[in-house]
Amino acid sequence: MSKPVEHDYIGLSEQPLPSMEKRSGDTNAEKSGLRLKDTELRLGLPGSESPEREDRDQNVLSLKSFVSGAKRGFSDALDGGGKWVFAGGSGGGSEGLFSPRRGGNNNEGNDLSGSDSGLKDGVAPKPLVVQEKKSQVAAGNGNTAPASKAQVVGWPPIRSFRKNTMASHPPKNDDNAEAKFGSGCLYVKVSMDGAPYLRKVDLKIYGGYKELSSALEKMFSCFTIGQCGSHGVSSRDGLSESRLKDLLHGSEYVLTYEDKDGDWMLVGDVPWEMFTNCCKRLRIMKSTEAIGLAPRAMEKCKNRT
Amino acid sequence: MGSSELKRSKDSVSSDESARRSSFPDEVLERVLSLLKPHRDRSSVSLVCKDWYNAERWSRTHVFIGNCYSVSPEIVARRFPRIRSVTLKGKPRFSDFNLVPENWGADIHSWLVVFAAKYPFLEELRLKRMAISDESLEFLAISFPNFKALSLLSCDGFSTNGLAAIATHCKNLTELDIQENGVYDKGGSWLSCFPESFTSLEVLNFANLTSDINFDALEKLVGRCKSMRVLKLNRSVSLEQLQRLLVNAPRLAELGTGSFSQELTIREYEELESTLSNCKIMHTLSGLWDAKGIYLPTLYPACSNLTFLNLSYAALQSVELAKLLAHCPRLKRLWVLDTVEDKGLEAVGLNCPLLEELRVFPADPFDDEIVHGVTEAGFLAVSFGCPRLHYVLYFCRQMTNAAVATIVQNCPDFTHFRLCIMNPGQPDYLTNEPMDEAFGAVVKTCTKLQRLSVSGLLTDLTFEYIGRYAKNLETLSVAFAGRSDWGMQCVLGGCPKLRKLEIRDCPFGNAALLSGLEKYESMRSLWMSACNVTMNGCRLLAREMPRLNVEVMKEDGSDDTQAYKVYVYRSIAGPRRDAPPSVLTL
Repeated sequence: MSKPVEHDYIGLSEQPLPSMEKRSGDTNAEKSGLRLKDTELRLGLPGSESPEREDRDQNVLSLKSFVSGAKRGFSDALDGGGKWVFAGGSGGGSEGLFSPRRGGNNNEGNDLSGSDSGLKDGVAPKPLVVQEKKSQVAAGNGNTAPASKAQVVGWPPIRSFRKNTMASHPPKNDDNAEAKFGSGCLYVKVSMDGAPYLRKVDLKIYGGYKELSSALEKMFSCFTIGQCGSHGVSSRDGLSESRLKDLLHGSEYVLTYEDKDGDWMLVGDVPWEMFTNCCKRLRIMKSTEAIGLAPRAMEKCKNRT
Repeated sequence: MGSSELKRSKDSVSSDESARRSSFPDEVLERVLSLLKPHRDRSSVSLVCKDWYNAERWSRTHVFIGNCYSVSPEIVARRFPRIRSVTLKGKPRFSDFNLVPENWGADIHSWLVVFAAKYPFLEELRLKRMAISDESLEFLAISFPNFKALSLLSCDGFSTNGLAAIATHCKNLTELDIQENGVYDKGGSWLSCFPESFTSLEVLNFANLTSDINFDALEKLVGRCKSMRVLKLNRSVSLEQLQRLLVNAPRLAELGTGSFSQELTIREYEELESTLSNCKIMHTLSGLWDAKGIYLPTLYPACSNLTFLNLSYAALQSVELAKLLAHCPRLKRLWVLDTVEDKGLEAVGLNCPLLEELRVFPADPFDDEIVHGVTEAGFLAVSFGCPRLHYVLYFCRQMTNAAVATIVQNCPDFTHFRLCIMNPGQPDYLTNEPMDEAFGAVVKTCTKLQRLSVSGLLTDLTFEYIGRYAKNLETLSVAFAGRSDWGMQCVLGGCPKLRKLEIRDCPFGNAALLSGLEKYESMRSLWMSACNVTMNGCRLLAREMPRLNVEVMKEDGSDDTQAYKVYVYRSIAGPRRDAPPSVLTL
């Protein structure tokens, strides 16, 4: 389906964080014999300081700052064909995964904090959300709490000694991943902007990107059925692959994944095997999360009618 | 003994029945009371009457101070003249999670100065969450010639130089227990400071230290301390070195291995296996850093009498754990990492019918992309197989109300139930409902519950349940929970035995804080951070309750009217004078 196309996304990582550096001796790279660096989309976060936020969803922070430093990269991604980009601007109130292009780009207000509040009802405002102390991260081999994740101070309640110990000597994550691989399942979480809960998929059971996208569409359709009517999408029975692609390309969503280094990547750039090797989690992201992405995307979706 | 003899002669003068009954000779009373150990019983005894108060204070040799600021060292020394052993706790528990500023206080030095004057024969000092400098350690080492046991848990402020001072000067040391501290590790030469003539060490725990130690010195030390029964090594000690140490200490009751992952030859493997098989009386095993599955079988023969297995630094897989547990039929306490997953916990349920305590720690607490971890299924499996389970600490990423209800039905004797659903405010993942019913089931069913930590999406209903049913609850930890002041009010209005309440990131405000006005004096402490309490509320509390210390920790750049972190505790020593500028005492 997707070929191992090399992309040179230049000018994106102005200030890479120390913890974003690749660990030396990435066994996956060596094992697969591929030069991951060539195919890798390296996107650095704009700075190592993360502002205090009110929103507790850690991904929003990482993606907002990630995206603001990667505007061009994303637009470039949209231009390419055969990729899983839920391109398209517009959006309106509630999110539909496969809602088609709408008139206006009035989706910006509906950030994740809104969708989360339904879930985390009644919780106190403003938990202090800051990035994990850099000293801990820098101390070890690098496979600590990924810097892209904003964390609540002192949560989960683990003593510093234990945190530092596990940070500097991570419990053989790679080995575990390999073991899991061999043992036949590779579950990753899938989140979708606006959905109240996440899902998990076993990447092992899919043969390629096509199957993955159908599965995701089925999984998250329940969040769109309610909105389908209001947005004029007809019943989605018998959604064919091509229609799916149309919808995906016509909608406001982008499928992204977080790789082992904590970078957020566009799904579809690398060969399927490489993808399953390094994908740690998936996120169906509103393309309007990408500041500056929306205008281009809207153009795109209009052109795809 | 002068004053009690005087008393006795006075009492023996009177002759009627009641006087004779009440003129129980003081020496006898003191003798009897000296057999009484638990400090709470002693406190009760001291309240009976003045005679008993005196007898108790003269016979007490160990004092436990749960909050170092609740009393001053002078007051302690005045009341208890014969203390040999002191246990002191300092900072609020949330300091373990970086919620308390660095220089908050709880410095041991002022205590040591008083002790040096009043208790020159002090033998034991056990500190938890105290600040200790190297100077203090040195002062300790030279001020108390009889000093025998030092235990530091979750303390900070010292380096290995301080340990060197202890090793150098404490000629009668039997116990050196350094656990989970913020130690500035300057290297392992402190071990060489134990003199050649020193042979009394029975307990040595330096698992906390990260740097390489002087193995030669350690080997000699272990060799000459024939009474050693507890030895907990740090990660820098290899398997081969472990084997050499154990040859000299087969009578160890508690062993903490070093790194369990060196490349061994066949011969070395067999040697290790054989040495470990001699450790038949071992009842506690820990360490096992970086444990490699292929070396675990060397432990099997040593596990037959194990009652406590601490695997919380060994990332084992479920199969490895299952095989190991098959050799541990007597296990009562088990600590593991969640790398063992639900399957591993199933093995626990199958192999450990005597299990009383289970702690499951997260291997990757800050990483949401887990492919492994434990769920409600693992906890359920343990509850089915281990009916005696009464202490649990469980970190997980999903839980259901139904599972918890079943768990407490299987194990109704919980005394400590600490459930941490790691994503704040997460509901029952199957029904999407709050986790109220889970904790409701816990407090309704487990009447002996003393300690509870709640998590997940919780409304005020959880706290209504707690207030109504948790009659023996002493410690409650709450985070990201509740809807309104009512929740906290329910707890403060119920829970007659509540002693410690710690709350963070909850929508409880002044009304809730002030509803506990009368309660706080019967409690050790209250912690509230990132709630809706204001400075005015705290000032009001401080004004109404002069025997409480109300301390507010200021955050840089925060609103001056909000009280971001509040720590309230009872004290007979008055407001403390060593608070740093960021801590306001109201």
